[in-house]
Amino acid sequence: MLKFALAGNPNSGKTTLFNGLTGSTAHVGNWPGVTVDKKEGVYKKGAEPVAIMDLPGIYSLSPYTPEEVIARNYILDEKPDCVINIIDATNLERNLYLTTQIMEIDVPVIIALNMMDAVEKRGDSIDATELEKRLGLPVVKISALKGQGLDKLMERAFETCKKPRVGVTVIEDTALKHFIGDVKIALEGQGVQNPMFHAVKLAELDELEVLMHKDTVNMVEAFKKTHKDEIFGDDFEALVADARYKYITKYFSPALKRRNKEKFVVTPSDKADKILTHRIWGIPIFLVVLFTIFHFTFSENLFFLGGLLPEGWVSLEGTAFEGVFGDGGINSIGVMLMNLVEVGTTALSDLVASLLSSSPEWVTGLICDGVLGGIFAILGFLPQILVLFLFFSILEDSGYMARIAFILDRALRKFGLSGRAFLPMIMGFGCSVPAMINTRTLADEKEKLATVRVIPFFSCGAKLPILTAVSGAIVMHFGVGNVDFITYGMYLLGIITALIAVILMRETTLKGDTPPFIMELPAYHAPQVKNLIMLLWDKAKHFIEKAFTIILASTILIWVISHFSFDWKYLTDEQMESSILAGVGQLIQPLFTPLGFGSQLKAFGWVFAVAAITGLIAKENVVSTLGTLAACIVTGALVDVELDGGVGAVAIMIKETGITLPALLSFIAFNMTTIPCFAAVAAAKGEMPKKSTFKWTLAFWIATSYVVSSAVYLVGTAFWTVFIYLAVAVVAFFAIRFYNKKRLEKGKIK
Amino acid sequence: MKKTLDKFFIGESGVVIAVSGERKIKRRLYDMGITNGAEIYLRKKAPLGDPIEVTVRSYELSLRNSEAACITLEVNPNA
Repeated sequence: MLKFALAGNPNSGKTTLFNGLTGSTAHVGNWPGVTVDKKEGVYKKGAEPVAIMDLPGIYSLSPYTPEEVIARNYILDEKPDCVINIIDATNLERNLYLTTQIMEIDVPVIIALNMMDAVEKRGDSIDATELEKRLGLPVVKISALKGQGLDKLMERAFETCKKPRVGVTVIEDTALKHFIGDVKIALEGQGVQNPMFHAVKLAELDELEVLMHKDTVNMVEAFKKTHKDEIFGDDFEALVADARYKYITKYFSPALKRRNKEKFVVTPSDKADKILTHRIWGIPIFLVVLFTIFHFTFSENLFFLGGLLPEGWVSLEGTAFEGVFGDGGINSIGVMLMNLVEVGTTALSDLVASLLSSSPEWVTGLICDGVLGGIFAILGFLPQILVLFLFFSILEDSGYMARIAFILDRALRKFGLSGRAFLPMIMGFGCSVPAMINTRTLADEKEKLATVRVIPFFSCGAKLPILTAVSGAIVMHFGVGNVDFITYGMYLLGIITALIAVILMRETTLKGDTPPFIMELPAYHAPQVKNLIMLLWDKAKHFIEKAFTIILASTILIWVISHFSFDWKYLTDEQMESSILAGVGQLIQPLFTPLGFGSQLKAFGWVFAVAAITGLIAKENVVSTLGTLAACIVTGALVDVELDGGVGAVAIMIKETGITLPALLSFIAFNMTTIPCFAAVAAAKGEMPKKSTFKWTLAFWIATSYVVSSAVYLVGTAFWTVFIYLAVAVVAFFAIRFYNKKRLEKGKIK
Repeated sequence: MKKTLDKFFIGESGVVIAVSGERKIKRRLYDMGITNGAEIYLRKKAPLGDPIEVTVRSYELSLRNSEAACITLEVNPNA
């Protein structure tokens, strides 16, 4: 099968063109070793099917970002039959810069001139025939958005790919041109393929080329000594880049006929930008947008209209539309969808249960509670995860995300992060899963890793029930504090933990300069519905795949060990205290002693250990486990987790175990900062191509939760220990500074 | 008059005459079209005064003051 590669700048309409060409055949994977999406599909409308490879969006073939290296190596090594270079016609000069580099490779190239409608709307025009003549490459005008010209493009691509092409360069500077010619001949002598491309990159002393052609480097060094450019000296990288742009402005740019001679025109996008990135209003507007997104995803009282409904007015109850209204008002889209999924899954569970009514109790339990319960619990989040992801994709697609990064960059730099890291972290307050997937917008690997690791500390929606249940019981039992105050304090603790962790990582294990912020701010435009749907479909598919593999396996395991005793007898929910899980809980209970909910507790103290463990799978489990166990311990106790949110269950536990107030706070802190849930673990794994970084991430979460919650317990129990922690912090601060300074000096000597 | 881009006022424009600095940053600036002769117009600054937004080769680019300090321009008169 023929193989065409799609190359072009970011924001040039490449994804839209790819989706238009391949339709439903698209398949998204990962490039090996990096978390850059690899998209493949098939174009079927031509005489023969063609495989289309969507290369990452890039500005250049220099080797500084993983995207650039991937695209470059693909074209050089995989030798596609044709490269379709998509060009944003509204931004001709910068887009053609990449073209001048692709042209140097011995591969057939065709230019897809996109967004011509936008150019014409401005009253400008581009002479495609003229451009074709000047470039020496076929040029086809298309509109990826409207699907116009795609067949024509492919038709000409078929013709083009039949004719082999030899790489040519646009560099005109005579001395440099001759030298590149010499290097090219030398490379040809060594049998190197794509000699023109390698010769130019060698002249630039490109890092990858220097490694590949060690023997030829001397030639460059020798030439550099004799040839000093009057402007650039021996900076050939500058000389080459300058030569490219000079050629573009001289020969290609004239194909663009401007009606408006004014250099800096004010477009509607500029007007929108004036408001959205306003010096004073920029940040408040962003906060409102953020609030709106969360409101639409998680709120059960949309637009706060609940107060307008008469009390107790819950119509539609018992109908298929029951989930539209909650007790307190209209539900948001996210909650509505969640309720809808719940209606479906409950019906399915009931159906399965009735089918299994004649089988042994443990079989029904395993299938209904273990297998289906586990999967449905995870699938239950899917609507909200997708809604949240959809909103953020719209922000990204419309160009607003880049502006948010622009507004917030200065504030985040203090923590060694760039402005782009802010959104994924804030998304963590909703759900860690889409937040972690969204770190893909971060270009720097170290920055990305640090961000993924602290996302769980931004307490997600599923952790809120733990907070309300435990703090509710604290207020009830100890008669101190107030629920909102404790909840707020714990959220704050999570944020502070995240900030300290980021600074620590960026100063030690994930050291590196704050990545540069030289970034295009694309013009605002309406997001493409088709692109969004395909993106969401893809994310949903991945999530469901994971739900059915590692998440399913782990939920079954937990179900089995909580419903069987050591002598392998089936236990009902109410007998959980004799289960393997309870045994394991008692065994590992001492581990939690420094955290306050370990061996120092009375008879049933292990329940907290068990709840913490089941919480590693999903944070919803914590309160439900406590509820189940409370019912086992105090027979006949009125424990209805649904009714009071678990406050009663926790209150019973406090009475039975004699757990202290600091230990309860430590229990909350542990749940807030430890491994968030298996779905998030799976998402984190997807963002970490290296196995070792993933393992260290798990270790990091466990260690952080241990340190933070033991600190909460110790300081809460004996206030003076705070001075020990402060002393350790000060020592650590100076030790890290000293170590980094030493290393810096060492580096300088080298 | 010559000055670096980080010293520009909003609404000022100029023509690039030199790009200096660390290799990686320089390369990125070249790739984004900031080469000698390119015209740059300072559109705005972020709420905290940094980063800045410029127009170059008819598109919008954002960069930090530290990166803008690598770019020297000949300031356009009465712009």
